[in-house]
Amino acid sequence: MKPPPFDYVRAGSVEEAIVLLAERGDEAKIIAGGQSLMPMLAFRMAAPKLLVDIGPIATLRRISVDDRGVTLGALVRWCDIERHAELSHAHPLLVEAIKHVAHYQIRNRGTVGGSLAHADPAAEFPGIAVACEAEIEIAGSNGPRTIMANEFFLDSLTTALAPDELIVSVRLPPWKLGRRWAFVEFARRRGDFALAGVALFYDLDQGRAVEPHIAAIAVGATPVRLALVEQTLAGKAVDLTTIREAVAAATASIDPPGDIHAPGDYRRALLGVLLERALAQAAGLKLAESA
Amino acid sequence: MATRTTRFTVNGKQVQVDVEPRTSLADALRRNLKLTGTHIGCEHGACGTCTIIVDGAAIRSCLMLAAQADGTQITTVEGLPRGRGEALGPLAASFRKHHALQCGFCTAGILTTAHALLSEEPDADADRIREVLSGNLCRCTGYVSIIDAVLDARPAYQTQKAAE
Repeated sequence: MKPPPFDYVRAGSVEEAIVLLAERGDEAKIIAGGQSLMPMLAFRMAAPKLLVDIGPIATLRRISVDDRGVTLGALVRWCDIERHAELSHAHPLLVEAIKHVAHYQIRNRGTVGGSLAHADPAAEFPGIAVACEAEIEIAGSNGPRTIMANEFFLDSLTTALAPDELIVSVRLPPWKLGRRWAFVEFARRRGDFALAGVALFYDLDQGRAVEPHIAAIAVGATPVRLALVEQTLAGKAVDLTTIREAVAAATASIDPPGDIHAPGDYRRALLGVLLERALAQAAGLKLAESA
Repeated sequence: MATRTTRFTVNGKQVQVDVEPRTSLADALRRNLKLTGTHIGCEHGACGTCTIIVDGAAIRSCLMLAAQADGTQITTVEGLPRGRGEALGPLAASFRKHHALQCGFCTAGILTTAHALLSEEPDADADRIREVLSGNLCRCTGYVSIIDAVLDARPAYQTQKAAE
């Protein structure tokens, strides 16, 4: 459980980090909180020759809430989100989902940028980014660029980041007042990676669901929007009948792989149950006990 | 790989370690500084045994490089508050009273975690304590006695917080 040897440099600015990344290409890796990368190094699943520590770059630690939404710097930690005075109003879905991220000690070091760059298919924050159509700000040798979250995650642990790029911030679009939402996941132990999870929100227009956004985690290689479920809900009152239809659409539209934690069929069934609970919660409905 | 010099404060003392960049903070504390109160369990951030306090926050020292600790203030289990003379500190005394350990391997990580929690949230209830300690594996006790011990240590931290 000892990492392979590597060099270590602290970068004082984003520009400095990019120069180091550009010089070393694939051999270099960014480290921030290290809560995903350190285990990867310990298991020797990653063996970079150089770690570029962006920890000292204070500008990446900002949280801003304005009419463009919620912008989180790459170095914002889970505990920063928990303690932020405005976020529980400015983005309740984010705050609820973040409660499920790992354990106390990890939440004190793990970062938003690290979670996105690591791209674990079961991680909560990438699921929120996809559900909310977040924009990810990236800096690199060829200048800055913005990429939508759903185009950022390419495969399990694989993103659209080039070797000479790093995440600067992520922006979640403004949260509408009166929005209905829920985040529900199931993990075998609190703080462990979810076996499945659902993040959803929709707005209400005369009692009907408008623009439903529904994403699932841990049921595929990347977090996914459940387009079929969104179509099922759009324009309807979210009652028990609609929820039943949505659950049927969800279980029909995903094909989760099995692994040592749970077989694919289990994850599919679990996602159905979680979606049912999430929709009921969002709509303020009570499910029958047997459900 | 060349070693790198890192300076930080541990339990109130300025120290310096010369270690390879890949050295975890846990290894630097144990091997270089001989602070073996910090135990190492899984070495990949699953068990919580190596929890220490860096700049006031409980963290897993196997998931932090020694190099990343440059300039920080660190508290290990050796640096937790003690009582007068030979007396135990409030948490340790409460752990003894409630028999909150059996083999003791996880205890250092649980004490540091609980200390960080109660320093910040001296009124933490049983649910909050249970949630926070979900990040620390104990395979002996079943946690009941640990939760009782942490709950019972709260008055000392409440008094401390009130005095601040």
